[in-house]
Amino acid sequence: MPIEILMPALSPTMEEGTLSKWLKNEGDKVTSGDVIAEIETDKATMEVEAVDEGVIGKLLIAAGTEGVKVNAVIAILLQDGESASDVAAPKAAAPAAEPAKSETPAPAAAAPVAAQPKADIPSDPDIPAGTEMVSTTVREALRDAMAEEMRRDPDVFVMGEEVAEYQGAYKITQGLLQEFGPRRVVDTPITEHGFAGVGVGAAMAGLKPIVEFMTFNFAMQAIDQIINSAAKTLYMSGGQMGAPIVFRGPNGAAARVGAQHSQDYATWYSQIPGLKVVMPYTAADAKGLLKAAIRDPNPVVFLENEILYGQSFDVPKMDDFVLPIGKARIHRKGEDVTIVSFGIGMTYAIKAIAELEKEGIDVELIDLRTLRPMDLPTVIESVKKTGRLVTVEEGYPQNSIGTEIATRVMQQAFDYLDAPVLTIAGKDVPMPYAANLEKLALPNVGEVVQAVKTVCYK
Amino acid sequence: MAPRKSASVSSRKTAAKPAKKEFTGSNIAEFDRDQDMKAYREMLLIRRFEEKAGQLYGMGFIGGFCHLYIGQEAVVVGMQMAQKEGDQVITAYRDHGHMLATGMEARGVMAELTGRRNGYSHGKGGSMHMFSKEKHFYGGHGIVGAQVSLGTGLAFANAYRGNDSVSVAYFGDGAANQGQVYESFNMAALWKLPIVYIIENNRYAMGTSTARATAQSNYSLRGSGFGIPGMQVDGMDVRAVKAAADEALEHCRSGKGPIILEMLTYRYRGHSMSDPAKYRSKDEVQKMRSEHDPIEQVKARLIEKGWATEDDLKAVDKDVRDIVADSADFAQSDPEPDVSELYTDILL
Ligand SMILES: Cc1ncc(C[n+]2csc(CCOP(=O)(O)OP(=O)(O)O)c2C)c(N)n1
Ligand SMILES: [Mg+2]
Repeated sequence: MPIEILMPALSPTMEEGTLSKWLKNEGDKVTSGDVIAEIETDKATMEVEAVDEGVIGKLLIAAGTEGVKVNAVIAILLQDGESASDVAAPKAAAPAAEPAKSETPAPAAAAPVAAQPKADIPSDPDIPAGTEMVSTTVREALRDAMAEEMRRDPDVFVMGEEVAEYQGAYKITQGLLQEFGPRRVVDTPITEHGFAGVGVGAAMAGLKPIVEFMTFNFAMQAIDQIINSAAKTLYMSGGQMGAPIVFRGPNGAAARVGAQHSQDYATWYSQIPGLKVVMPYTAADAKGLLKAAIRDPNPVVFLENEILYGQSFDVPKMDDFVLPIGKARIHRKGEDVTIVSFGIGMTYAIKAIAELEKEGIDVELIDLRTLRPMDLPTVIESVKKTGRLVTVEEGYPQNSIGTEIATRVMQQAFDYLDAPVLTIAGKDVPMPYAANLEKLALPNVGEVVQAVKTVCYK
Repeated sequence: MAPRKSASVSSRKTAAKPAKKEFTGSNIAEFDRDQDMKAYREMLLIRRFEEKAGQLYGMGFIGGFCHLYIGQEAVVVGMQMAQKEGDQVITAYRDHGHMLATGMEARGVMAELTGRRNGYSHGKGGSMHMFSKEKHFYGGHGIVGAQVSLGTGLAFANAYRGNDSVSVAYFGDGAANQGQVYESFNMAALWKLPIVYIIENNRYAMGTSTARATAQSNYSLRGSGFGIPGMQVDGMDVRAVKAAADEALEHCRSGKGPIILEMLTYRYRGHSMSDPAKYRSKDEVQKMRSEHDPIEQVKARLIEKGWATEDDLKAVDKDVRDIVADSADFAQSDPEPDVSELYTDILL
């Protein structure tokens, strides 16, 4: 039987790619391990190696073809004694295993205790009428923010693993080395604790480092420097010296990368006095808030998300678009119930709202954007109007951002509540690898819909 | 001692001043036919398994990260041939080869890669996180450098119990720059722990070459401040690995404390499945494949010595392919874990 050679995927999210080059011709003999073709996506290139032995019977896709679907048959390999005329028309690509769907009940709220002094934070800047809106990915927005701030201030530099020559493990620093050179775009060895400390030291000396962690999972190696050094120095020095530094990188679950690479640190850092913690959802917020973070004289932990990197949003085309840290954004106005979310949690909320709309439930959606300082007044204001509140996040349920908000709303707006606050979070388990279990471990739209109906007594 | 075959790998060796004892790393184990056949088969199993894993990844059956060991097979196979039952193995995420070498079943490994219920971790660990207590394989770790401290702890347990086992801890040239590696070296030397630190120097940590990441690229010297001896070994020649392993394990078993083996090796494939591959030339990869391939070296020797015919080797090849094909079929048909598994194995 002739063997079908299929278009491979470079990553779990890849759906199609370019078949850039054939390295074998029809009639060539190949053995396993021979490179037969090159394929590429916007992120990477890969060599396709033969797994089986035989003779190339037919090349079905021309070199240079774009948009070749993963698992499409790209060539036919003939075994001993077969000829090209034996080859039948290729079948449709076999779909990959489809993981099981699931629905689990919403976890109930818990209640830690806290109190927070009020902060005086300006509102978002006005965007002049007629400003052009440019569709931008979160990835580009983050890169633009860094590039603009590096142009503006020679003390700003970026450092981290693979940020320079490799152009960033997730391509966030793409082009920065070319524009700013190796003095300001610094590749480090894999020494998170060490380079986080080096960054804090440089910040104490007055530079403005942007420290990229390949992911925040690896910042656990460095968390001592982030908390004990960066966050506390200003206080311990009686205000003499602080650390104007940004720690940034992807946070939380990506796709199928297992327990050690999937943790959400939102609530960890948000507990620490001396830090600011930002977790944007849209590209505009990513840009405006990263620019603010770089300018901020304090250490800022800036939590991004790999799945959001490729998503596009409108970003206003302005010379200097900076947003205030510490201010929530009302993503959608509504009357019946308030949902508070942030980061990738917003994606569940937005999908749930589309379903709830059909049932006549009008949701107000607040994107916190900053977790510390937390813009509680905006939340309270909304709850006073709707009387009902649901929070949505991907992190663990215990001591979550949601339980924190529930506590504070209970303390400050008890008389306005018409129902208990419900908190939707990830499940209380390490992230499993199996596709079906991973889905179960994350929140889902059904849970959000159900929670909203519950607080509306519907 | 037989003459060394791989010229350019040995030319990578920087003249290391041997610590007190004459650890040169240049010895070549004399293999008999059985040993060469075993090495051939074991390495081929890893190679074919990894090729299949790459293919299943391309088809969407394997998700997330998937780091292939192709090119580095001689390191783990040579080490394993020298180890004794009870010696522990621990490594990072490029771990499928280590698991197969310790005797873990291809089916269980492949089914873990596809996230199915009969995988070694019931589908809950994935490519980077698999373990087998029975085979003394302690993982499978995703955090670069973490396994070095953990491996040192395994050695601590051996010393504590006064048993004869040695911990074998593998890590990369990139991992060798992590701080906890040196904290571990200090404790291991201080307490004379039985551990072989194996630095698999495949020249790159993702896209960063060793030259761009370290001030001391002779990794065998990394323990010198603690008095830990080290040697650079041709990690593409399974006999050189075996000879060095014998010396190192003997050193540890006789109570002299830790030792470092820097294995000069090479990974043919990208770091994980998606890799821009812009940090090295195709020629460099091609040259290693055609001149230093660990499997081809054994194959050539078997034929040259008249120990095996092409047909004998084809039979081995077929055997290995069958095992791999069976594991792949199994891994695709095995069901996903039961949803009740979500909340199991969190606390005892
Ligand atoms: C603490 C930590 N930092 C960063 C990473 C991301 N990462 C995974 S593998 C890798 C490169 C490691 O290279 P090396 O130690 O040489 O091993 P190799 O991949 O070559 O086998 C990096 C940076 C990680 N997993 N853990
Ligand atoms: Mg390496």
